[in-house]
Amino acid sequence: MSRRYPEPRMFRCPDRLKPHYDAVIIGAGGHGLAAAYYLARDHGIRDVAVLEKSYLGAGGTGRNTAIIRSNYLTAEGVRFYDESLRLFRDLSADLDLNLFYSRRGHFTLAHSDATLRTMRWRAEVNKHLGVDSELVGPEVIRRECPQLDLSCGGHTPVLGALYHPPGAIARHDAVAWGYGRGASQRGVEIHQQTEVTGIRVQGGRVAGVETNRGFVETGKVLSAVAGYTPAVMEMVDVRTPLEVHPLQACVSEPLKPWLDTIIVSANLHLYVSQSSRGELVMGAALDPYELHSTRSTLDFVEGLAGHLLELFPFLGEVRVLRQWAGLADMTPDFSPIMGKTPVEGLYLDAGWGTWGFKATPVCGKTMAHTLANDRPHPLIEPFRLSRFEEFDLVGEKGAASVGH
Amino acid sequence: MAKTATMSERLGPQPGERIDREQPVGITFEGRQYRGFRGDTLSTALWASGVRVLGRSFKYHRPRGIFSLCGLDCNALAENRDSTNLRMDTTLIEPGLEARAVNTWGGVQSDLYRFTELFSRFLPVGFYYKAFHRPRGLFPFYERRMRRIAGLGNIHPNRPLQSTPKNYDFCDLLVVGSGPAGLSAAIAAAELGLKVLLVEEDRLPGGTLGFQLSGQPETGTLLEELLGKAAALPNLEIRTGTTAAGCYADRWVALFDSRRLTKLRARGLVVAAGCYDQPAVFRNNDLPGVMLASAAQRLIHQYAVRPFRQAVVLAANTDGYRAAVDLQRAGVEVALVSDLRPQGEASGWREEVAGLRIPIRRGTAVYEALAAPGKRAIRGALLCPLDEGGDPLPDRSESIPCDGIAMSVGWAPADGILRQAGARMGYHEALQQYVPDRLPAGIFAAGRVNGVYALGDRLEDGRRAGRQAAAYLGKAGSEAPAEPPRRGEAFSHPYPVVPHPRGKNFVDLDEDIQLDDIRHSLQEGFDSAELLKRYSTLGMGPSQGKHSNLNGSRILARLKGESLASTGLTTARPFTSPVPLSHLAGRIFSPQRRTPIHARHRQLGACFMVAGSWLRPEYYLVPGADRRATIQAEAEAVRGRVGVVDVGTLGKLEICGPDAVAFIERMYTGRFAKLKEGRSRYLLMCDESGMMVDDGVAARLAPDRFYVTTTSGASDGVAREMTRWALTWSLKVMVLNLTGAYGAMNLAGPRSLEILQPLTDIDLAPDAFPYLGVREGRVAGAPARVLRVGFVGEWGYEIHVPADAAVAVWDRILQAGRGAGIRPFGVEAQRLLRLEKGHLIMGQDSDGLSYPSEAGMDWAVKGDKPFFLGQRSLSILKTRPLKRRLVGFAFPETYGGPVPRECELVIHGNEIAGRVTSAAFSPTLKQVIGMAYVQPELSAPGTPVPIRTGGCRLVTAHVVELPFYDPGNLRQKERPA
Repeated sequence: MSRRYPEPRMFRCPDRLKPHYDAVIIGAGGHGLAAAYYLARDHGIRDVAVLEKSYLGAGGTGRNTAIIRSNYLTAEGVRFYDESLRLFRDLSADLDLNLFYSRRGHFTLAHSDATLRTMRWRAEVNKHLGVDSELVGPEVIRRECPQLDLSCGGHTPVLGALYHPPGAIARHDAVAWGYGRGASQRGVEIHQQTEVTGIRVQGGRVAGVETNRGFVETGKVLSAVAGYTPAVMEMVDVRTPLEVHPLQACVSEPLKPWLDTIIVSANLHLYVSQSSRGELVMGAALDPYELHSTRSTLDFVEGLAGHLLELFPFLGEVRVLRQWAGLADMTPDFSPIMGKTPVEGLYLDAGWGTWGFKATPVCGKTMAHTLANDRPHPLIEPFRLSRFEEFDLVGEKGAASVGH
Repeated sequence: MAKTATMSERLGPQPGERIDREQPVGITFEGRQYRGFRGDTLSTALWASGVRVLGRSFKYHRPRGIFSLCGLDCNALAENRDSTNLRMDTTLIEPGLEARAVNTWGGVQSDLYRFTELFSRFLPVGFYYKAFHRPRGLFPFYERRMRRIAGLGNIHPNRPLQSTPKNYDFCDLLVVGSGPAGLSAAIAAAELGLKVLLVEEDRLPGGTLGFQLSGQPETGTLLEELLGKAAALPNLEIRTGTTAAGCYADRWVALFDSRRLTKLRARGLVVAAGCYDQPAVFRNNDLPGVMLASAAQRLIHQYAVRPFRQAVVLAANTDGYRAAVDLQRAGVEVALVSDLRPQGEASGWREEVAGLRIPIRRGTAVYEALAAPGKRAIRGALLCPLDEGGDPLPDRSESIPCDGIAMSVGWAPADGILRQAGARMGYHEALQQYVPDRLPAGIFAAGRVNGVYALGDRLEDGRRAGRQAAAYLGKAGSEAPAEPPRRGEAFSHPYPVVPHPRGKNFVDLDEDIQLDDIRHSLQEGFDSAELLKRYSTLGMGPSQGKHSNLNGSRILARLKGESLASTGLTTARPFTSPVPLSHLAGRIFSPQRRTPIHARHRQLGACFMVAGSWLRPEYYLVPGADRRATIQAEAEAVRGRVGVVDVGTLGKLEICGPDAVAFIERMYTGRFAKLKEGRSRYLLMCDESGMMVDDGVAARLAPDRFYVTTTSGASDGVAREMTRWALTWSLKVMVLNLTGAYGAMNLAGPRSLEILQPLTDIDLAPDAFPYLGVREGRVAGAPARVLRVGFVGEWGYEIHVPADAAVAVWDRILQAGRGAGIRPFGVEAQRLLRLEKGHLIMGQDSDGLSYPSEAGMDWAVKGDKPFFLGQRSLSILKTRPLKRRLVGFAFPETYGGPVPRECELVIHGNEIAGRVTSAAFSPTLKQVIGMAYVQPELSAPGTPVPIRTGGCRLVTAHVVELPFYDPGNLRQKERPA
């Protein structure tokens, strides 16, 4: 435990951009850095620059509520997120950084018959695919979270829940730092405050990227910028069906640990868990309109507080410390967009809506594979951009619009 | 009985003190009894009794005392029987209060967690990222131990829900802060005729006028004068104890007081919130006895408590000298003033201090506060001259005995609200302070937050801001200078930070972050303000960096060799100070909708279920009968005789206007242009991607008027979407949502006609009122719209009446049907009846990605119309092979196994081949029937449908044609027997 300073830098900070890289990754969030890490580690592609217009982890990576789970509705989704969960479990050791990966058990509460029905659908699919997930009654919820008021203030009692014991939380920033360090140690360059202003395409192929610090030549570009995807894709005239909505969250003052589980209520549009520091980390549904802004709103935190007190009425005196917002790039089918684009050498990792953090490791791994082989990894084949033109959507939205 | 401690440190009466000496208050802290006065806070009552250790720090559990005394002492948090994380520095004492410090093990005096500090050498910044994760299996073990020491106060799971009211308010101008600048801004603006609200976080107005007195009685007089002027202005309201905690778009401001949240729309905003006194960073600068000079002044003037017996004042501005004067006058022996500045103080306050025979050391820092045993107090200050570069020269240090150090080395603007409102702060080199350098329209700043310090200047700056705001809001004659009077010497030292080889020089007291932690974070690459915050947790504690962000930035800038202008600030987010969830939640508005007939259902023994925002009867309890039998009996009554169901939850929209037909044709998939008056037709709505989102019935009441129903859950959403599309398409159409205005019931069964006819003036003769007809008339005396529908597959009437008439109509129908054996039926029987007819329920037999072809609904889609929502997508989907198909399935009558549940899976060759959407035992058909999505190749009648039910068991039904019951629809169309 005793270590003497100075510790080495976690990530090198090269002074200048080189004129050429084998690959350029736009966006130093968890996804971009994970892709860089696996490119260097698994595919020997080390001459990589990760370009970040702000600071490392400035986007969704540092703004999400850090929940990890794999109880999705479709076979494609379950396989993909379950692989991510598996990678997450070993990630602290892999990256030699304690990510505070903490298995908590994830409850999605159902307050109505219709929600219960949807939960059963997910549970049945999950179980069929070997994911630990089941529909449970109030008695199991009471056992795992005795503080919860199952009567929910008396008017929308909790009828049951989808219980996913492997559901976990982790320290989100550290995931980006760990991947950044691992990538940097393997030769990847991370350039912060470096904004990509254009992508040069010649003969249908990527030739390089323009930045606020000059032109960089490269044959492979990965865009991993989530909410900024429409702006980056506009540079090459590629359309995506993304709608960007703000997604807000807030955090309480630290409390002595009392909430061991992750509690989600779809009916109440609420999720809450307690961080390792003791803060309650709380979120709600997307803002209902498109907006490219990370401003906060008062009605968000008012609504959230009301619903939280319906479930945990004794928390009235607990104070909310701060609120913030991130950008959620939503797809029509609630599944990501991953893989190749109409521009040769340009790869896309987008459509991360509200589910990006939990996919960080598997995205890194599969996008690295895709870049290295110029062929989509089998796990992400269903998430290809062309599915929208082909009307071959992934069925993840199935559950989302039912019974809420 | 335990002895009550005496108030040994209480001073004689002070002008303007906040305590009521007539009213002593007894309290208990950590099991010991103390006495204070009404008006004391927990911290001041204890400090008056000589208590120094009020709390323990978050990480190392070091003793902490009074530091700011303005609501930011986040190491002095208490809990009692029903409250937690109480800020002791601002929590008023009440008789019988029993409190203890949060997060200790065995009490605040000898907290056993303090031993974590012994390991602090091994716990550098971010250490926890580098430990405990190997081997993987052991982290849960460490985690459990870490969770034991994590967090601050305990929750009280039995505490009842508090319901607080919320308030809405408006004003022309909101002024934040009631110091000299805020008061004079508010007065100036009110004198020009604006409706002004001034809010003050403290429980009394005045800001620095209430505690920075320094023997100047005129300060108190000035406050009285200003308050007198304010009181004479009827259009100026002052609210104390009220915090402007958040500023959102368009000056939507969240104001909090002890009782409620007020949401205020201000046309203009003046922020005169002042500054936060900033600490110096030196070894042991956190121990009880080291405090901000402003805290010492508050103790003296507001609470008549002697902060210390012997003090060293560490100063880098005039305010420090003034504090020295205050201390000396209060009977504190000021050993000396240590001034960080080589040139010392230029103002007349230097002579004032010298006149009190207090020695002054220029260019000298406190190098270390010398800890008393157990670090529960300090016993002296180690002073150390600074070299020309500002670095300490420890060889020449000098030890001064004292029990207190008062620091006044700089100020950080209280700019949270300003920055949330969109102000950009820039670093002012001459003032060594961030000041607003670009303000959005309608937002103004005044006073210290604006970089203005001299008292006269602050008054002038307030006036200027108030007049500017009035000019902005269109008041004539309100000319004002554009520039604030920023002048004089800096009140902030550029680098009040003293390194020490043994550390414990704290930058952030909330989070126990030392100088070296910041250095190490930078060395590890976390070298921007935002990264530093996230890695070191600087500024992430309960006080949100109000005492640490500025010093953190100064250190970061120095280490990087930059100016503060380029180092920048982290984003300012709500809230400026933490807000209780109860205030945010208010009365908790979770409306539950009930139909007008709700009370009758209750009388009839209904079991209710939640359906969207509605409560609906699931079935009507019959003593002695079980749920399933009851539901089946209700269904049988409809098939055999007659039943009535409350369908008042249906969305009920009226669509009228010259473009009503065109609008409906665009919104829905069917064709309605030729629908005759007095006729109705099924409606199906898709979204733009062709997915089915809603269905209902359209009844044409007039050429330009339709009455449209939606599903129960969708009414508000559909009405909203319709309004949006009507605007988008610029159609002359009006959408009225009458869902709550009408009640509705469906009278169904072979005997429905004979029951209804005597109650209505509408001619129900089948020829006069055919299937799918619509009539307006009177039912049981009430104006009614009656639709002949067939959702449950029997002869029936959907009767819509004004909500206030619904109960009477319901009663009359039940009464009239008594002889025919009428029975009210609930949602479950209705679901069963419609299942027998193979009718879909949107959201149950469809999901977010179901489109008409999959559900056998192509008959409802008229693809050759010019346009409707989803048309393009559906035409593309038509060219693609179906992935699944909704089919009916049935078990043989001999089947005795379980009834599959909705959403259980159809399994084919060990793969998922579909899912059940509805299933039930049909009393009419005497077999288990259901609907399921299956792969198209499994959809032919007669194909086995293996369903996994109950988790493991496979049961096999077979595909059958839909509907199950009365395929010719004869029962709903032909004259009943």
